Amino acid sequence: MTEPLTERQRWVRRLGRNGGVVTGAALLLLLVAAALLADAVSTHNPTRLTPANRLQPPSAEHYLGTDEFGRDVYSLVVHGSRVSLLVGLTTMLLTSAGGIVIGLAAGYSRRLDVPVMRCMDGLMAFPAILLAIALMAARGPGVWNVILALSVVYMPRTAMIIRSTVLSLRELDYIQAARALGRRDSAIALRHILPNCLGPLLVQGSFVFAYAILAEAILGFLGVGVPPYVPSWGNVIASGKNVIREAFWVSLFPGLALTVAGLSLNLLGDGLRDVLDPRLRVR
Amino acid sequence: MAVVVTVVFLLIHLIPGDPVSVMLGPDASPAQIEATRRSLGLDRPVHQQLLGFYGRVLRGDLGQSYFLDRPVVTAIVERAEPTLMLMACALLVAVVIGVPSGIVAAAHRGSIWDRVLMIGSLLGVCVPGFWLSLNFIYLFAVRLGWLPAAGYASLFTDPVSALRYMVLPAVSLGFNQSALIARISRSCMLEALQQDYVRTARAKGLPDRAVTYVHAFRNALVPVVTVIGVTTAVLIGGAVVTEIVFNIPGLGRLVISAILRRDYPVVQGVVLVTAATYVFINLVVDVLYAFIDPRIRYD
Repeated sequence: MTEPLTERQRWVRRLGRNGGVVTGAALLLLLVAAALLADAVSTHNPTRLTPANRLQPPSAEHYLGTDEFGRDVYSLVVHGSRVSLLVGLTTMLLTSAGGIVIGLAAGYSRRLDVPVMRCMDGLMAFPAILLAIALMAARGPGVWNVILALSVVYMPRTAMIIRSTVLSLRELDYIQAARALGRRDSAIALRHILPNCLGPLLVQGSFVFAYAILAEAILGFLGVGVPPYVPSWGNVIASGKNVIREAFWVSLFPGLALTVAGLSLNLLGDGLRDVLDPRLRVR
Repeated sequence: MAVVVTVVFLLIHLIPGDPVSVMLGPDASPAQIEATRRSLGLDRPVHQQLLGFYGRVLRGDLGQSYFLDRPVVTAIVERAEPTLMLMACALLVAVVIGVPSGIVAAAHRGSIWDRVLMIGSLLGVCVPGFWLSLNFIYLFAVRLGWLPAAGYASLFTDPVSALRYMVLPAVSLGFNQSALIARISRSCMLEALQQDYVRTARAKGLPDRAVTYVHAFRNALVPVVTVIGVTTAVLIGGAVVTEIVFNIPGLGRLVISAILRRDYPVVQGVVLVTAATYVFINLVVDVLYAFIDPRIRYD
């Protein structure tokens, strides 16, 4: 007779059966591997300028060609994944942490709810990318400023999701029971409510990850993101814009990498949502 | 809106660096800098500046641009036409591609069409719009020479060139959103097709086509209108990037150049007007929602 599966094993099995989750996770792993092993798998130093080699088409020497300064596009794309994943991951963690604190506070305390949520509404009244551009203008270029700006931009939505989850949980019997047993509010929030928010948080987190990677590239492209000398996908696409007539490959390949990153996280997010919350399944 | 105004005000005052020294250049004497600062009201305490800002916004006065030598409102009005035109065309593209794709995919669920359209829409959501623009420029302007690579002509002075200039920007801006609209239309349509009245219509012996396109479609439209509203709001942000790529002299280029020159009032003005438009669009969508679906009532 086989042992009955534990709750955790059942989850893993359901995730493993979801095509989107598996494909998304595999693509994401590929990108993470590229970022971690960037020095080993790149063929050239991505920051070295060799003007004699400028705008070479893809060849055996330069797999994806060279840009207007003679930098190797393949090595730039491989190293660019570091900035993208760093920005995406850190933004996801910061928005989740901030979203949990704000969402729990607003959902759990009636006094804080209205003022906090009005502030979140105010921040959400801005088109995301415009607010990020304005914040970057205020703070100046730099990886950490990008992360900060994007975290501010995407936090309100996460906070609202946590708040609405908390509101729906707060009146459930087991929470009432914990309260009747004399548990402190903070203990109820952390022990009983937070674990139930993890599902929506994970789904939202994977979408924030995707948005942040895209937004980082847009900011870099507009010249207000990470400084131009740092190899990032947005910066490389921006430099490709100037030479699009002679060398389409400079902007083509980092853009493809960006698309793959977006695809992996969207597949992962959609798949996680289907598995964790079957009510929201898009048929 | 009060929160929006305050955020806009504070945002700009986080900027490191002094607009007055940027304006007057490195050779300006401290006395000149001080005099200019006083004439612009930058020497007063921040809370007084904020109150003054509220008052002026309520009167419709967004201040004077430091660099453009004209009121911010005038600058915004001058630059609004290209942005509005771009957004309208992009919205048209998004709806014209998105809604029919979603409906066709739902009507032929599980068919090869459904699969192709849904894989296409997934890719469409993930492809970065600004990168798509560059590839369009390369393909249609540089290689094929069918359309101009960048630029803008007013619809009122030269309609033919205006449309030729607008095709690539509108398609690249609208494409992402069309993918989103297609996915939502499909799931709404599937939902509508499962309702009892659709079964009744079928039982009455109505042809499939009539059931799908007359009975189900109208009811599937309600959530789709909401998504189109959201799309319009997203297009405002996307337009900034598209204007830079295609060199369109709209609000997006205005705000980016203002940011680079530290032209506070222009940045404040454009961000404020955009956020107000965003709020207004969401309001219109809520009202439309009740209009299309009489079951919804706001008390």
